[in-house]
Amino acid sequence: MTFLRQNLPALLLLLLGGVFFAWGILRGEQFVVFTKAVNLCLECIGIG
Amino acid sequence: MGRGKGNLRLWVQAGWTALTNGFVPGFVKGKIYRGPLKQYCVPGLSCYSCPGALGACPIGSLQAVLGSRNYRFAFYVLGFLMMVGAVLGRFVCGWLCPFGLVQDLLHKIPLGKKLRRLPGEKALRLLRYAVLLGFVILLPLYAVDFIGQGQPWFCKAICPAGTLTAGLPLVAMNDSLREAVGWLFAWKNLVLVVLVVLSVFLWRPFCRYLCPLGAVYGLFNPIAFKRFRVEEEKCTSCGACQKACKLDIPVWKTPNSPDCVRCGECQRACPQNALEELGLWPGKMPLPRKE
Repeated sequence: MTFLRQNLPALLLLLLGGVFFAWGILRGEQFVVFTKAVNLCLECIGIG
Repeated sequence: MGRGKGNLRLWVQAGWTALTNGFVPGFVKGKIYRGPLKQYCVPGLSCYSCPGALGACPIGSLQAVLGSRNYRFAFYVLGFLMMVGAVLGRFVCGWLCPFGLVQDLLHKIPLGKKLRRLPGEKALRLLRYAVLLGFVILLPLYAVDFIGQGQPWFCKAICPAGTLTAGLPLVAMNDSLREAVGWLFAWKNLVLVVLVVLSVFLWRPFCRYLCPLGAVYGLFNPIAFKRFRVEEEKCTSCGACQKACKLDIPVWKTPNSPDCVRCGECQRACPQNALEELGLWPGKMPLPRKE
């Protein structure tokens, strides 16, 4: 109970973060991340 | 305890960097990893175009989703940042960030007088929130091309991690990229050089003033599982913690400042053992014993 009381905000944000994470996967956002990450990012290296 | 925890932190940083940026064939061939792990974010600032990178940068990923035509909100990346932030806060910055490691190593160079703050420090520390809001969120969302696609403005205009770990090695190893460099490459290297030089004299200038990822995680510092508590019955307000803190945080007053990267120097310096480190499990983590 002490742990819950001391860490309630963190637990709620962890839970909400998990919901967002799962919802993002359901929407297919990870494919946008994947596509960007496996192609050379010209902006990142200072060319594009 | 001596320098035990300080050295442990460096080893953890180095080990984690080797784990997340350990794609050796990338460095050998001058190419980037293109496997399935790249759909997952790593917690620290680690450019996904680094030849060794096995995961995706969360800030780069955030800009990529916000800048895409199909999404106006990045649930996947924001959810990841919230989960990591709620558990660790800016512990990531102090223990799990490759560019943090670079700055730590640069600061060890025994050159000149070490500074604790710059003039205008208070205002400068707010700059990272402006970088987060402007370059990471608003510009990718609204500065779009004719087909509605945004760019990663932070990565393009500022990120020194990308320049150091991706730009320099890839340009060095690829003739075609070398032929394509121009003013943007020069600008990014100027930003990198300024931060590298500053890091020798001032601890973690990028983390203090510019890092949007630190800006996000810092918001979680006051409530994250991994946070500090000052045991008021033991604290004498002697200020030893602030003196030991390379970010000059008055730890005895604000143990969970959004600036704190959880390096632990304050804990090791406290003569009263008054700084308690709260952890991930019920009850209290015992303080490291002082020798």
